[in-house]
Amino acid sequence: MIGAPHFLVVAALLFGLGLLGVLVRRNALVVFMSIELMLNAANLTFLAFARFPVRGRPSLDGHAIAFFVVAVAAAEASVGLAVVIAAFRSRGSINVDELRALRN
Amino acid sequence: MQGTVAVLFWIFAVLAVAGGVGVVAAKNPVHGAMSLVGSFFALAGLYLLLDAQLIAALQVIVYAGAVMVLFLFVLMLLNLTPAELGSPRFGVGKVVGALCAAGVTALVVSTLVALPVRATPAATDFGTVAAVGRLLYGKFTLAFEATSVLLLAAIVGAVVVAKGKI
Repeated sequence: MIGAPHFLVVAALLFGLGLLGVLVRRNALVVFMSIELMLNAANLTFLAFARFPVRGRPSLDGHAIAFFVVAVAAAEASVGLAVVIAAFRSRGSINVDELRALRN
Repeated sequence: MQGTVAVLFWIFAVLAVAGGVGVVAAKNPVHGAMSLVGSFFALAGLYLLLDAQLIAALQVIVYAGAVMVLFLFVLMLLNLTPAELGSPRFGVGKVVGALCAAGVTALVVSTLVALPVRATPAATDFGTVAAVGRLLYGKFTLAFEATSVLLLAAIVGAVVVAKGKI
């Protein structure tokens, strides 16, 4: 029977892949896509626990949280992509290794 | 019924993880974006198996539709050449990063597989638009309205940041 652990393991694998992408890839757009992957893994976890709670009856609260995560992700993507465009315009590169103005 | 759910779960799970691998491994970001769209569709299928109809529809409309179109739009607007994309380097930092990601994943997965599988029958209207809508406009009204302000701030912020000169 398919239960909570199955969905949670898929979510963990997706989160791990997103983390790998953020740590290893240097293209800012790919880093953003990896962050989207991690947000989706979090959503899958919320929905899995909403449907298969550890104790008690299934609750819809997880669905509301997942809804807000989708809204926040949309806002994050729009502002993040605007930052990428602005960085590309001023520096001609979206390699995150070369964007270090805030470090110095 | 259980058998069908199991088959669908494995199909969607493999597709979602394969899409994720595609995002990290694809040399061309456009290919990565397309495999991310595939991963989002598979995730919508997984949400349906979890009786989350509304979130599954939102996943397809907002993520696979709007957000990924935005990503592809920016990718094609920037029109990066292979030289600008850079060649993948394998430095110490990358190896450490990969090891960290693998370690976190292994730790979480090893904890999760020990969880018991518990059958919890859900109400017939679980996850429908009506049920989630009642919750959003009842218990979560304040958060819902705050989200609309957040989206407005994101619209204004995106225009201000990307436009440069106003």
